[in-house]
Amino acid sequence: MTKTSVLESDTHMPTANPIILQMRSITKEFPGVKALSDVSITVRASEIHSICGENGAGKSTLMKVLSGVYPYGSYDGEIVFQNEVCEFKDIRASEHAGIVIIHQELALIPELSITENIFLGNEPTRFGIINWTEARLRTLELMARVGLSEDPDTPVKEIGVGKQQLVEIAKALNKSVKLLILDEPTAALNESDSQHLLDLIRGLKGKGISCIMISHKLNEIEQVSDSITIIRDGKTIETLDVQADGVDEDRIIKGMVGRTLGARFPEHAPKIGEVFFEVKNWTVGHPQIADRLVCKNSSFTVRRGEIVGFAGLMGAGRTELARSIFGRSYGNYMSGQIIKDGKEITLRNVPEAIKHGLGYVTEDRKTLGLNLLDDIKTTTVSANLDAISKHTVVDLGKEYAVAERYRKQLRTKTPSVDEGVSKLSGGNQQKVVLAKWMFTDPDLLILDEPTRGIDVGAKYEIYGIIQALANQGKGVIVISSELPELLGISDRIYTIFEGAITGVLNKNQASQESLMKRMTAAKKSA
Amino acid sequence: MNAIKQLFGGNTRQFGMIFALVALVVFFQFMTGGVILTPDNVINLVNGYSYILILAIGMVLVIIAGHIDLSVGSVAAFVGIVVALTMRDWGLPWYMGIVVGLVLGALIGAWQGFFVAYVGIPAFIVTLAGMLLFRGANQYFGKSLTVPVSTDFQFIGAGYLPEIGPDTGYNNLTLLVGFIVVAALIWGELRGRRKAVALGVDVKPLWVTLVKLAVLCAVVLYVTYLFATGRPGTSFPVPGIILGFLVLGYGFISARTTIGRHVYAVGGNRHAAALSGVKSKRTDFLVILNMAVLAGLAGMIFVARSNASGPSDGVGWELDAIAAVFIGGAAVTGGVGTVVGSMIGGLVMAVLNNGLYLMGVGSDMSQIIKGLVLLAAVVFDVYNKSQGKASFIGLMMKRLGGRDNPDLAVAEPLKDAIKVES
Repeated sequence: MTKTSVLESDTHMPTANPIILQMRSITKEFPGVKALSDVSITVRASEIHSICGENGAGKSTLMKVLSGVYPYGSYDGEIVFQNEVCEFKDIRASEHAGIVIIHQELALIPELSITENIFLGNEPTRFGIINWTEARLRTLELMARVGLSEDPDTPVKEIGVGKQQLVEIAKALNKSVKLLILDEPTAALNESDSQHLLDLIRGLKGKGISCIMISHKLNEIEQVSDSITIIRDGKTIETLDVQADGVDEDRIIKGMVGRTLGARFPEHAPKIGEVFFEVKNWTVGHPQIADRLVCKNSSFTVRRGEIVGFAGLMGAGRTELARSIFGRSYGNYMSGQIIKDGKEITLRNVPEAIKHGLGYVTEDRKTLGLNLLDDIKTTTVSANLDAISKHTVVDLGKEYAVAERYRKQLRTKTPSVDEGVSKLSGGNQQKVVLAKWMFTDPDLLILDEPTRGIDVGAKYEIYGIIQALANQGKGVIVISSELPELLGISDRIYTIFEGAITGVLNKNQASQESLMKRMTAAKKSA
Repeated sequence: MNAIKQLFGGNTRQFGMIFALVALVVFFQFMTGGVILTPDNVINLVNGYSYILILAIGMVLVIIAGHIDLSVGSVAAFVGIVVALTMRDWGLPWYMGIVVGLVLGALIGAWQGFFVAYVGIPAFIVTLAGMLLFRGANQYFGKSLTVPVSTDFQFIGAGYLPEIGPDTGYNNLTLLVGFIVVAALIWGELRGRRKAVALGVDVKPLWVTLVKLAVLCAVVLYVTYLFATGRPGTSFPVPGIILGFLVLGYGFISARTTIGRHVYAVGGNRHAAALSGVKSKRTDFLVILNMAVLAGLAGMIFVARSNASGPSDGVGWELDAIAAVFIGGAAVTGGVGTVVGSMIGGLVMAVLNNGLYLMGVGSDMSQIIKGLVLLAAVVFDVYNKSQGKASFIGLMMKRLGGRDNPDLAVAEPLKDAIKVES
């Protein structure tokens, strides 16, 4: 984690630049909830202005107000952009003014090509007929500006998430953007793609395009921002000038949570026992591509009470390894054994995996972990209905009691367990998913990116939960793309590169450098 | 929570539809000069629409699971003709005929279910094929002629509760059924309330529960009175009894059992359900199979009422059933819907049909109006949900969880596709 001075490459002082955006006293209410209360923010020209806050603080809501998703009239307060009062009635109006928002969930159509996506809704037409030649030429220009070298006719689903993010930026540039809003731009990117993106944003700043960035990655915010506005519980807490106030990550955290977090990770004295779970020579083929292997002869062990980390770049094969072990729910199993408590077991499907004491918390809770139509209590019991039913009839009293138990234990922030899970913040949704798996009382719990998209305070709580599970004698596998996180909670870390396990490091041997070295190269034959 | 509320699903949308139903009844009561709420007419209504409501029970489960079944009309007709033929040509007694019908329905359901669940063909296509296939089969076996059925068999479609006991001027059994229903409602609601209080769950104020009970019981008693005072020889129709048991049974299964949970889970988020240990393929298979069995039953009841099975039976039934389900609150994308809701939706269509007929409106105009009502019902519902209304109605019926914020179109599958690729 290199600390780079924010202004190493440019010379102008942001505080002297003219103001291009002022949001004044924005208040936005939903039935029963005041999402924003008297929030104000000022952005200058050629500035990267970050917004920080815990999940549910109101950052996304504020940006939706700015970009016109919540139209003029649905909020109180004023937006003044380039000295003009704005009354956006939809996104098109804000884009017309030069404000473009790139959401965390990219708004690209997977089946359409890069060109088609860049010009989506914005096609160059003459008398209603699209001029694709012109579009293609312009696309090549834009792609060069953001650093893409793909064939512009490639369907967007075939390029990685990092490149998709660049397509989104190209799309924004095509709309003559003056203020670019980026919501969690590097959340799904690996280290190198993240850096490339941040460099690109800095380059845009040099060309006069201001940027508002919402992010949880404090090191990145510290790296690129000129100013930071911190929002908590729908109110502006403070605005910091990064250079002048000498802001660092701890300072940001203090603003966000209202106190200094002593440590990022709770204290933990591991109580590690014997090896109880072992995977040997695990080989799995790609589900669609015939000759490709997603897991190449992987072997690893887990001890009781141990937290094992899986480190690897995006696409290295960590999720594939975990899911293929969890009841063969991914890929074509080819060979390999799973040995639990000394006995070899075959897990042909998910119910068998659960029965044998495995649990798997998916990477993407919204698409794979939760039924967003359900309420908390239904979700909590959904992986172990048998425990609360008699002769297939569900005991609603028991369901409620179980849900309440976990709500209290995990301190899920919700008025009641009858609330729909879609109303919870990311961190609390993750707690519900954890509760779901804890209720199955697994011996081995696999957590795939358990703190992605979750604020600092909730992360701390989840680390505590993970450690508590380990203390109960369970084995926990944590898959994460955040190396500091893995280093903070794991007892041992396996590194994976291109489907193969390239090394294993103990807590005291591991560092970001030693991990990264093994994550980016195949194992040298020993 | 109490059994009835679980049956209702606690959905404001449904309650809105109950209001619509009541409004329609009142409207037609006025326009037809009071004919719609006469004993003979309500009896006709139940007789004439019960088979569609039975189809709607099966259809709502299919739609909740995220599928659809277009073959039900043809399957009903096919089972009808086969049952009629086997009873005539093999001399089977009426109860064996019913067994044959249900088994045949199960076989057809297994066939279609296999393709949907295990081969992975979209249900729309499989059941579309079924619709054509079984229509043809009906005409092949029946040689496009009508085949009569015995009077014994006709009982299930045209029979009534018998007259027993002292001569009270009413049909005693119907009265008995009515009183039992009222007693069950009161007991169920109060017991559920006691349980909720014991758990520490927030309960609605007592007066709300009492008012709700009073209204429900009054309606039940009034309806019982109507059925009990029909022409001599008529009372609550047998198809209605069958429907009643099915509603209770399926309502219970969908709301309170693990298989019911699985159907909602698979419909709400198929991947998450599979990764939580739900056997999603088996669930798909079962809902399709169940639909065909109920289609067979509906076909038999229709044949029993019409005294014969004919080549044009069942045409258009699937659309009526689907309309009932959507008016009743199901979502096109699956994961939402209730059995009781579909019954209310079906009753809205039935009352509409019946009322327009009594008013002398021709079938052409009637169809136009039905189409517009279906559209209006769903528009009203979507509007209602997007307003996030908390109202007196909302107080009485708790909302069944909120849907995700529809503001942004999210390209979720994109990330999924990429994960799979890498």
